Amino acid sequence: MKPVFKVITAAALAAVPVSAFAQDVEKSVAARQAQMKLYAFYIGQLGAMAKGAVDYDAEAAGKAAASLNALAGLDGSKMWPPASSNAELGDATRALPAIWSTYPAVVEKSKEFKSAAAAMADAAGGGLEALQGAMGPLGKSCGGCHEDFRQPKE
Amino acid sequence: MKRLAIIALALATAGAGAFLWLTAPQRIDAALVTGLTGDATRGQQVFHIGGCASCHAPQGTEGEARLALGGGERFETPFGVFVAPNVSPGPEGIGGWSAVDFANAMQAGVAPDGRHYYPAFPYASYARMTPQDVVDLKAYMDGLPMHPAQNQPHELRFPFNIRRGLGLWKRAHLSDAPVIAVEETLERGRYLVEGPGHCAECHTPRDFTGGLDKARWMGGAPNPEGKGRIPNITPGALKWSAADIAEYLKSGFTPDYDSAGGSMAKVIRNTSLLSDDDRNAIAAYLKALPPIAE
Repeated sequence: MKPVFKVITAAALAAVPVSAFAQDVEKSVAARQAQMKLYAFYIGQLGAMAKGAVDYDAEAAGKAAASLNALAGLDGSKMWPPASSNAELGDATRALPAIWSTYPAVVEKSKEFKSAAAAMADAAGGGLEALQGAMGPLGKSCGGCHEDFRQPKE
Repeated sequence: MKRLAIIALALATAGAGAFLWLTAPQRIDAALVTGLTGDATRGQQVFHIGGCASCHAPQGTEGEARLALGGGERFETPFGVFVAPNVSPGPEGIGGWSAVDFANAMQAGVAPDGRHYYPAFPYASYARMTPQDVVDLKAYMDGLPMHPAQNQPHELRFPFNIRRGLGLWKRAHLSDAPVIAVEETLERGRYLVEGPGHCAECHTPRDFTGGLDKARWMGGAPNPEGKGRIPNITPGALKWSAADIAEYLKSGFTPDYDSAGGSMAKVIRNTSLLSDDDRNAIAAYLKALPPIAE
């Protein structure tokens, strides 16, 4: 093989894992964004009852909160691969590099969210007041990560 | 030639004299606060609306530790780096300050030793606070834990590192007058937003002298701490209902159940501790603002 072809072949081989990696990162970003949307979907049902936009319904509230809690328990270890912040991916994500550079600070924050979601699952079916009381800590725990780890909107 | 030198010297002396006169610290009228008794319980609410912990709590602290106001957080701005000072009631902070010292700092931006404070400390908003709220706040802060941290100097570029020049800035921008004319039912909300809440400090753009552009009040502005913009929250851009705004200030949830992030997440930590009445008052005032188009 002539040297120039050697180089091209080597480059082509090297490119395969890179593009496969890029595809994996794309899937991870899509997965974590889908999870966030589902959080909003269930919290939205609970919030509508909490603020009186929708009548309180113990069964519906309990189901929404149980779903939220199950969602919070999904394995996220493959959703946040290295090099998937907005420093590498630009507008495709608002995840800030601080997630990785200050690790495991983000894990502590996500534990707060998980315990707030579990508390909501316990509270939501037990009356409107219990549901309303669990909304505050839940909102606070969302802000816990979004304060330092998400790029604010332009 | 000699005469020319004398004239030049006289002009330079007059100029320096005028600068010193124009930039001299102006203190508050001490009679406004002496004789008032602070109530620490009421002061706690003032502390939350004032957002004191957002800047003065040591970075990365949580829960009760946020009440030991040791400062130290660094704020990178176009003028240089500001470092939040220790405002705990110990020897490194505000220990031993009189009510008049405290009110001078909060409302005139003047330190007990007569130096000007930089307006990164939002005294141009706090100037609109009632003397009673100021002494209540002091009563509350006097009961907080002491913190041993020593104050670190700001790292500012020339000419911003000349403190004395702030006297000119104050002449142009320091006033206790309300900004927006409102009917009586909205006065509480106006007070909270324009005064202790100091919302305009980020949500209103500044002119070239660093003063707030009152013609674009709450109309959105560049983020003072980096990339992006702080949003326009007048009815010209923000279409949320008053109930939506009050809910956001309580739980941090937007009407779409996204959540507050960035520096606003810090603000929600404070507004979540206010009464429903005060959150509703803030929302009502914001809905009544003159709309600024996006």
